[in-house]
Amino acid sequence: MNKKRGPLAHIVKRSAISWQAAWAIRALAIVAAIAACALVTFLLTGDDPLSVFRTIWEGSFASERRLWVLLQNISILLIISLAMAPAFRMRFWNIGGEGQVMMGVLATASCMIMLGGKIPNALLIVIEIVAAVAAGAIWAAIPAFFKSKWNTNETLFTLMMNYVATQLVAYFIIIWESPRGSGKIGIINQSTQFGWLPQIGEYKYLLTVLVAAILTVLLYIYMNKSKHGYELAVVGESERTARYIGIKVGRVFVRTMLLSGAICGIAGLLMVGSTDHTMTTTLAGGRGFTAVMVAWMAKFNPVGMIFTSFLLAFLSKGAGEVATQFGLNQSFSDILSSIIIFFLIGCEFFIQYKIMFRKEAK
Amino acid sequence: MKKFIALAMSALMAFSFSAAAMADETEAPLAPVPEDFKAGFIFLHDENSTYDLNFINAAKEAAEILGMSEDQIILKTNVPEGQECYEEAMDMADQGCGIVFADSFGHEDYMIQAAQEVPEVQFCHATGTKAHTEGLANYHNAFASIYEGRFLAGVAAGMKLNEMIANGDITEEEAKVGYVGAFTYAEVISGFTSFFLGVRHECPSATMEVTFTGSWYDETAEKEGANTLIKDGCVLISQHADSMGAPTACEAAGVPDVSYNGSTIDAAPNTYIISSKINWAPYFATAISSAANGEEIPTDFTGTIATGSVELTDLNEAVAAEGTAEEIEKVTAQLEDGSLHVFDTSAFTVFGEPLPDGFEADVDTDPDYAPDTAVVSDGYYHESEYRSAPYFGLFYDEEGNGSPIDGITLLDTAF
Repeated sequence: MNKKRGPLAHIVKRSAISWQAAWAIRALAIVAAIAACALVTFLLTGDDPLSVFRTIWEGSFASERRLWVLLQNISILLIISLAMAPAFRMRFWNIGGEGQVMMGVLATASCMIMLGGKIPNALLIVIEIVAAVAAGAIWAAIPAFFKSKWNTNETLFTLMMNYVATQLVAYFIIIWESPRGSGKIGIINQSTQFGWLPQIGEYKYLLTVLVAAILTVLLYIYMNKSKHGYELAVVGESERTARYIGIKVGRVFVRTMLLSGAICGIAGLLMVGSTDHTMTTTLAGGRGFTAVMVAWMAKFNPVGMIFTSFLLAFLSKGAGEVATQFGLNQSFSDILSSIIIFFLIGCEFFIQYKIMFRKEAK
Repeated sequence: MKKFIALAMSALMAFSFSAAAMADETEAPLAPVPEDFKAGFIFLHDENSTYDLNFINAAKEAAEILGMSEDQIILKTNVPEGQECYEEAMDMADQGCGIVFADSFGHEDYMIQAAQEVPEVQFCHATGTKAHTEGLANYHNAFASIYEGRFLAGVAAGMKLNEMIANGDITEEEAKVGYVGAFTYAEVISGFTSFFLGVRHECPSATMEVTFTGSWYDETAEKEGANTLIKDGCVLISQHADSMGAPTACEAAGVPDVSYNGSTIDAAPNTYIISSKINWAPYFATAISSAANGEEIPTDFTGTIATGSVELTDLNEAVAAEGTAEEIEKVTAQLEDGSLHVFDTSAFTVFGEPLPDGFEADVDTDPDYAPDTAVVSDGYYHESEYRSAPYFGLFYDEEGNGSPIDGITLLDTAF
């Protein structure tokens, strides 16, 4: 009679899961997240959850302009996320995306300010591109070099480099400020448009979107089809194995970070040269960190990152719109975004593992 | 304590009463706004910043004055000083706003960009400097003659110093005021200079030390700045920075404080004296009403005490010297009738000399920082007349070293 019973439920690692099942779990997570958001909204504010969701939707899709803004936001976030992917694939914790973008910003802005009107505009743009890519690449390669030579901690190193980059930008803002003492640069070359990247047709943001699309394809090929990409995966699995099969790990670190930094530099170039045309210390706006989450949620798959960067850009636009329409503080919308992200990250657990419930004994 | 508060309240009411009466005499009633007219407001931060809160409250008040419903105003907070400002301004135009306001200095170029693209919508930018040279019919700047408010707050501070001297707490030579500034920007320099001239109007032996934080909002830096000044022997503090840093430091040290952007009496009941601020509601209401009825909005609007744009709030009689309210009322009347000018050139010197007639300042914004407009005439420096945003900046010698007026010492000029 007195049988020994197992626990009510236990966890088993899944050996394999079909992609259909994995996406079904993710879809379920989104539905659950939306339900949780609706509940929180209703309990805390008394506002109708459905109209809150409609407002989130309208934040990105109510007009053609908003759609373009969304596409631009996705593109910049996607580019920075693409930059994060290769390093993270080899378990190199680069959280210095913010600083690498800022160095691209600084390089572009300084070319526009120092050389604008002094050399032909086409040449200026070429110099700008080279400068932004080089600045980002060098900034990223410094911690990689130290890691490969002296095994320094890349997490702390890249993090600290962010603050150095931001302070450098702050320093140059004071030098180039206008009017005197204001601590602002304003739109660079607003009347002459020296050094502005060309606008494609009547679409202000199309250039950024196209660059993001091209980079996504290139990164996909690089990570999945190239020898370099394979080396990244091996280094990520085991540095010792990599050494054993003759991969020069230190060289891979530096090479990969040069690539990451270069792509971040492109993001900075596009922001200053194509859309914002100014330099502020908040231009990157934390996207160097958000990009880590974007890349991670997509498992460093460039195509998956299109979806995850869309999701985060969409939520953040929606959050701003909810704050405006309902007169709520922006923090409330951040709560909603966080709930959704929590569910999305949490559901990966159920893709990796399954829960076995105790079967009734016969 | 209660008695003091009651006293303070009655003094305040008397004061605002007279201000309101004055406003009524000069202002024509505003034309009503049609029900389908919308106004958009762009704010740099949300209500957690005292600077933006002042604007948000003014926007709501203006809507109330004009009888506009909630659907007729769009308030957008946390808009950075970049492309986002242009996007929001254009989005508000898409949503049918006939007028769009922005509140932060760095928004200006993006508002101009939007104004160029949508000529049928009015764009108004507070604190900006470019409208008078930009030549756009639908782009406008606004500020207020806040130097008058600062001067009056300085009068209250000067009377407090006199009281401390009379009580034997300090000697005349020890009457040193401390000031926590943000940047070495004309708005800040004009602010502390007019404050200091107000102090000197009452207490001629006063001197002042100024420190800069390099940020418009940095509670820790502002607190540190105030503490440094107090340690340096400053016996009264004022500030041009937006957090509670300086007021709380003063309360902890028991040093009297003159606040800005609104009363800080709740946080510092034992040291807060008075505060000056710009009330943007009259400008917002006038501009919206004008835009809705197809009337001209001034290219460069300077609000004054008479328009209700410059306000003093909550005189704390528990801390202020006796007779402060009466003295402020007297000086206000003198400012109003033109018998007293804040920047009277006989009241201050620069490098040991009074400013000559025809002295030029950098009024038009360009990267050269070159003086371009004569601002001294009739015996005073004409602040906020050739452009609404203040331009009373530092004075430069041949080597390019900046200096404030004599009697004021800058502890640092890194920002």
